[in-house]
Amino acid sequence: MSARNRELLGLLPASLLIVAGFGAVFLQEQTQLDNLSLTYGAVFLGLCFAAHLIIRVRLPDADPYLLPIVAVLASIGLVVIYRLNETLARDQAQWFVIGLIAFAATIIFLRDYRVLERYRYLIAAGSLVLLLLPRIPGVGQQANGAYLGISLGPVSFQPAEFAKIGIIIFLASYLRDTRALLVSRKRFGITLPRLKHIGPLLLVWGLAMLMLVFIRDLGSSLMFFGGFLAMLYVATDRLIFPVVGFGLFGIGAWFFASTVGHVGDRVSAWQHPFDPKLYEQIGGSYQIAQSLFAQADGGVWGQGFGQALVSVGDSPILPAAQTDLIYAVIVNELGLIGGIALLLIYVLLIERGFRIAVLARDSFSKLLATGLTTVVALQVFVIVGGVTKVIPLTGVTLPFVSYGGSSIVANFVIVALLLLISDRARREARR
Amino acid sequence: MNKPIIRVFAVLLVLFGLLAYFTTRWTVIDRAALQDNPQNKRELLAQQRIARGTIVADGGTVLARSIRRGDGTYARRYPANGLFAQTVGYSFLNPGTAGLERFYNGQLTGRTAGLEGTLRKLQGKRQQGNDLRTSLDPQSQQIAIDQLAGRPGAVVALDPRNGRVKVMASIPSYDPNVLRSAKATTVLNSAPGAPLLNRTTAGLYPPGSTFKVVTAAAALDSGLYEPSSTVNGANGVEISGVPLNNDGGQNFGEIDLTTALTQSVNTVWAQVGERVGKRRMSRYMERFGFGSPVPVDLPADERLASGLYCSPNGKRQLAAPTDGCVDIGRTSIGQDKLLATPLQMAMVASAVANRGILMRPAIATRTVDPEGRTAYENTPQQYSRVMSPATAEKLTAMMQKVVQEGTGTAAALTGIDVAGKTGTAERDVINNITQPWFIAFAPASDPQIAIAITIEKTVGGFGGTDAAPIAKAVMESLLR
Repeated sequence: MSARNRELLGLLPASLLIVAGFGAVFLQEQTQLDNLSLTYGAVFLGLCFAAHLIIRVRLPDADPYLLPIVAVLASIGLVVIYRLNETLARDQAQWFVIGLIAFAATIIFLRDYRVLERYRYLIAAGSLVLLLLPRIPGVGQQANGAYLGISLGPVSFQPAEFAKIGIIIFLASYLRDTRALLVSRKRFGITLPRLKHIGPLLLVWGLAMLMLVFIRDLGSSLMFFGGFLAMLYVATDRLIFPVVGFGLFGIGAWFFASTVGHVGDRVSAWQHPFDPKLYEQIGGSYQIAQSLFAQADGGVWGQGFGQALVSVGDSPILPAAQTDLIYAVIVNELGLIGGIALLLIYVLLIERGFRIAVLARDSFSKLLATGLTTVVALQVFVIVGGVTKVIPLTGVTLPFVSYGGSSIVANFVIVALLLLISDRARREARR
Repeated sequence: MNKPIIRVFAVLLVLFGLLAYFTTRWTVIDRAALQDNPQNKRELLAQQRIARGTIVADGGTVLARSIRRGDGTYARRYPANGLFAQTVGYSFLNPGTAGLERFYNGQLTGRTAGLEGTLRKLQGKRQQGNDLRTSLDPQSQQIAIDQLAGRPGAVVALDPRNGRVKVMASIPSYDPNVLRSAKATTVLNSAPGAPLLNRTTAGLYPPGSTFKVVTAAAALDSGLYEPSSTVNGANGVEISGVPLNNDGGQNFGEIDLTTALTQSVNTVWAQVGERVGKRRMSRYMERFGFGSPVPVDLPADERLASGLYCSPNGKRQLAAPTDGCVDIGRTSIGQDKLLATPLQMAMVASAVANRGILMRPAIATRTVDPEGRTAYENTPQQYSRVMSPATAEKLTAMMQKVVQEGTGTAAALTGIDVAGKTGTAERDVINNITQPWFIAFAPASDPQIAIAITIEKTVGGFGGTDAAPIAKAVMESLLR
């Protein structure tokens, strides 16, 4: 069977999920919802097949499983959001349309993605500007003490979602050039590169620390820096880099946790979620405590679709259920089984990403695929880890599942890039 | 470059394993602890969406029901207002649940419906609670409250044959409907006289001479004494090295136990108690229910154990009657370190009334599911065998004398034999503050009602003059 036919077949589970999921929610909430809402499901399925056709025409050799996996994740997200709030589901469906346009544009206009290397400094500079935008008065927005969003008229988005792609492109390109130089010098038996080679990398570390101070978001910072270290390690094959890197990050994080109020609050809320004082405090541990309570109610099998207690009357019980806490909602309704299943789908996605990196022929493609995949994986880890109290809870989205326009669009661009890399790699491999 | 890529993948797999482990931790390993966390209001919040069952009195009077609100949630209303306030309890988001509402929460929310509940869920039907039927008698309860006339105190009446509770009045009371507002809850929590406290099961008082019934049961049942056995009732007999006085300093000569009970002679019963001894007293007290939280279908934190409360290191705690701190002579006349709940003293009367067999007190009779079928039957249970039927018969005769010609004549009913025992515990000798008691059962020949009454504080009042008339009024209503 050809790759594209396998992809088409692979969309079957997503189709079943979306039909069954919407059907279940529809039956549960029949009294409040009208038939029209079922059309969102149909629209979503249409989008999946449109994406399939674009790939069929432009990237006939690309990985056949990436799109079906993403479709399954997106359909889970859409059904859960639909169950939480019909209006949000409609918005989310619209964001999928925009995401698909970005996806198609990336595939059509970036046929040879290696041209990106030429603009690496421009991309890096642009990404830095995007990252710091939320701190500019007038456009920046503060939420829960972190500066993550900006608003331009009616549209508000999170520039960090796009900046992460730009920074990975820059790093992939930069590391391809310097990877040999980074490991060329040895002193006292360990790899010790010259300052002029390691300088830009120290700059990235500084940047991550700066993000902690300026954006005040430990989660995003961990995600960026983790992705960077993974790429550095893959580029050099020297364990010393990530070890020293994490050490530096740990020291920096500890320092800022004890000096920057917002970061410190998050850490103490993480350590003592049931402390009455932190629990009552605004921006305290209420959210993480409620997340754990909701998961406990889920048990092994969950309470069933549409059964999660999200609000009573008009008062919310699970704050930010459709974004930060969507994993808690899923565990509450689908139980441990549902949560593990979702994590396994992400593992499949990550496995495809790394397979593409392994198959790719040139260093830039390998590094780019590694970086993109690692950042998506770390984003899942940061938010699910936050919701399950592995690490302090910070507000990043669960890729493809959480409600949020910037996240959807950016993640579709990532998938498009991975498909581009995969198409080239598999075509070259076949020759 | 492929090896490090695979290693990065491996590290990420470990991180995802960590996520899976933590999800397992919250959903399985720590599940119970999280659900019991006092900050976890999910259960209560979820219950706002369930139509709780109604709680009804014997005869169908609605004591608690749920009304549907605009947003699809339900709110609790108490149509009988404060009539059975502490017994029925309440169920609100804040301050939570209490009383029968709490004890039968599973039944009232329909959670324990098992397979049938799952089937209902699959059919998309809303979870609905079971109705709770009780043996409570609203009319007699009202009479008890009227008789207490605002004086802090308690009245408990139950059927000695099966333990069904009929009256459970605790004054001061409150209207549970006001607990809807958080402010009213704060006010009630610190209100003088503690209206939220169920005095019948959690009020601990010195039982005074009503406890002589326990001493008499031990004395007769152990075979050491007969009702006709005589003991010298002189005033000022030394008990544990300290002279003990009779009421009013009265001197009695050699009198039999029937007379000693009728006239409530302290010195006689203290001597009897000393001869019966700590170990025997301990055994009989235990059979009557002393030493354990009073056994009734109310939440554990609303029930206290009657018994001997010693303070070995400044902290009051329950001690065995055999403990060194106990003066068994004074304990035998209901003084010293002895404290009892009104329900416990009603159980004492009940055990004598039911020919020595103590039935476990019970408020609820059964629960009924939305289809009208019995979901749970609270069948009468024997608590213990306290004394032989012969002993009970002898003791009944003695207690009848108390009402016929002794201290309890105010409880006498026309045409019905009443058996009872008065008590007057001294609370403040200097200011002459007393706590009157009365325990009784009727009809003596075929007991249907056992009752205990206490008024926390009177100036110079007696069990016979202050508590016995209340017993008369309530028993009259219950036997009608």
